[in-house]
Amino acid sequence: MQKSLHIEAAKCTGCLQCELACSYEHTGAFNPSRSYIKVFNFHHEGRFAPYTCTQCDEAWCQRACPVDAISIDVRTGAKVISDSSCVGCKVCTIACPFGTVNYSQVTGKVVKCDLCGGDPECARACPTGAITYIDADWTGYSRMQKSAARSLPAAEASAS
Amino acid sequence: MSWTRKILRVNLTQGTCTPEPLNMQWANDYLGQRGLATKYLCEEIDPKCDPLSPENKMIMATGPLTGTMASTAGRYSVITKGPLTNAIACSNSGGFLGNEFKNAGWDMIIFEGKSPEPVYLWISNDQVELRSAAAIWGKSAWETDDILHQIHQDPQIRVACVGRTAETGCLYSGIINDKHRAAGRSGVGTVMASKNLKAVAVRGTLGVGNVRDFGKFMSAVNDAKKVLADNAVTGQGLPAYGTQVLMNVMNGVGGLPSYNMKNVGFEGAQNISGEAMHEPRASDGKANLTTNAACFGCTIACGRISTVDKTHFTIENKPQYWGASGGLEYESAWSLGADTGIDDLNTITFVNFLCNEDGFDPISYGCTVAAAMEMFEAGDLTLEDTGGIELRFGSSEAFVQATEALVSGQGFGKDLGLGSKRLCEKYGRPELSMQVKGLEFPAYDPRGLQGIGLNYATSNRGACHVRGYTVASEILGIPVKTEQTATEGKAELVKAFQDATALVDSAGLCLFTTFAWGMDNIAPQVDGACEGDWTVEKCLEVGERIWNLERQFNNDAGFTSNDDKLPRRMLEEAIKGGPTDGQVNRLGEMLPKYYEIRGWTDKGEITAETKARLSL
Repeated sequence: MQKSLHIEAAKCTGCLQCELACSYEHTGAFNPSRSYIKVFNFHHEGRFAPYTCTQCDEAWCQRACPVDAISIDVRTGAKVISDSSCVGCKVCTIACPFGTVNYSQVTGKVVKCDLCGGDPECARACPTGAITYIDADWTGYSRMQKSAARSLPAAEASAS
Repeated sequence: MSWTRKILRVNLTQGTCTPEPLNMQWANDYLGQRGLATKYLCEEIDPKCDPLSPENKMIMATGPLTGTMASTAGRYSVITKGPLTNAIACSNSGGFLGNEFKNAGWDMIIFEGKSPEPVYLWISNDQVELRSAAAIWGKSAWETDDILHQIHQDPQIRVACVGRTAETGCLYSGIINDKHRAAGRSGVGTVMASKNLKAVAVRGTLGVGNVRDFGKFMSAVNDAKKVLADNAVTGQGLPAYGTQVLMNVMNGVGGLPSYNMKNVGFEGAQNISGEAMHEPRASDGKANLTTNAACFGCTIACGRISTVDKTHFTIENKPQYWGASGGLEYESAWSLGADTGIDDLNTITFVNFLCNEDGFDPISYGCTVAAAMEMFEAGDLTLEDTGGIELRFGSSEAFVQATEALVSGQGFGKDLGLGSKRLCEKYGRPELSMQVKGLEFPAYDPRGLQGIGLNYATSNRGACHVRGYTVASEILGIPVKTEQTATEGKAELVKAFQDATALVDSAGLCLFTTFAWGMDNIAPQVDGACEGDWTVEKCLEVGERIWNLERQFNNDAGFTSNDDKLPRRMLEEAIKGGPTDGQVNRLGEMLPKYYEIRGWTDKGEITAETKARLSL
């Protein structure tokens, strides 16, 4: 079964545990500035939004790469960067419509979410369930269920 | 390790920034943040110095856990000699500043001297420089934060700064970071402004990686996170209601003071409670509370993000206040609400915004206004004194006018900036100031809770709940229930809370974890991260050493047992009605025992034996 990261921004408190976990997994230090998942704080709206790569099936980054440094991890579907092939040209960072592939000055390569090989540390660290790792076919399941509940007459919904 | 082992010394007089190695012997004896910075301060300044002179120093300090994945480990403290009290001042803040300092590679920053011109400190990892503050001096903390982000063209920098009240000398000004988190108490912002230092802007990208034993550390961290999640207070009550979960609880048990602490119990408590913050407004259908929010690394997320009703008189023509920002916590809801007799959630949320916007302590400010209201109603303050403000209890309009006066730094605003002790002395009613050592009371009545009275009286920075939060035991039964109106056992209880809290602060953790955590949850995290054998026993010993070091500073500054006292109202004016009817604080029954178990003389001096035991 292919799984996806599923982000419910409304549950996010902005604590950055996901950034800490991601950066430790990938760099060996607690360093939010090198996390592949970022939490954005929309202060005046009182809202937070964790954001990272959605692992497009037909990935712009992969198609743009001139040296075939981006491949598919067949176990997870993640698009992963090969550091030995990446030349740091940054074309993939331009190609990605979501901004989730970025260049790292520290390594001279591009970096992006690799789903931690199938057990994403961000989801493990999230204390509120804002980030989960679930069946890729059913990322809409919980919202669909809520909508279904709203479609019922009031008495039936409360009885369910 | 976890310490970066590097400190930054900023000499503002000479304009120099110099790195130094951290004194690791002191780190072993005082851990970090509050404890370690107090050690540096005690070694470097004359305790008798004028707190607003260049001779005073100001230290911004992180703990060894700051910046790690331990829950709540993003905190930093500001340590200096306080202008409100002339005692040791230590003010702790969350948000996202402490971890940024640590990620830039610094355990602490020592500011000394006074800059000839207003400056701010720019830190980008090991690149550090003082820059002109010409563009931000005279601006609010909110404007300063925005302008520094524009100047540096980096959305990810973090800013700590003072607002306008610090510049005009309000003695309880704090230092604001992330727009609504504050090193709020004791006037640390006033000290910062007195040095012509407007702000510190930081970008840290080095990471915190030098954990001693990563496996051991993460195991302790994960166990401790589970304890927080499973606990009713930290797992449910605080995320849902914040510290405001306490408003109705404290009112119900006869511990909520009101009207400058003349009364206990507030008839409007429900209207300004955590529950009320969830209720939809008639005007726009939105609740006061927009969401809860976490500080760095915090898995509790007690922070409040709120809005004021756009049609309310306070903001109806002021769109700059229409967005969401830091909302009421229990202390500010009490001081700005119950203590002033105002039960309008919109008014006190707005005044709380102004406290954040310009960086002044809502506890000291609310208490100062409450004392002024009592003097106004008694005729000690006249309309001429107040500049025409009808400063009566319960008046939202008067409160907003008074706040605008304070921010202006003019006229009666200058008086309000003195704090309640100096204000009441100036107008001939010193007994109406509810303070210890010059610092105003927080939101728990010492007549209704005997232990918190002893803690206020003996707290090293003046009346403060987060030095020894006996409320946990006396009301909430954490870790064990003690009878709130009893004095037996309270000396031991206060000492235990004070020592443990000193350790929690010094690690870089948030005190609110201790609703769920004991030292047996904290010590393994410190031990996993830090060199040395950090057992529960060592942690408690370090906590006690820190407490005594602070006490020694105060004694050397001229404080004596005569300063370990409560206002006459607390000792002689009994509570009328409610669950704690007839109670006064019986400090005299507790204080001698407290001195005895601390190993101090009956004059509150630390004996040679105790100093030797604690290697002071």
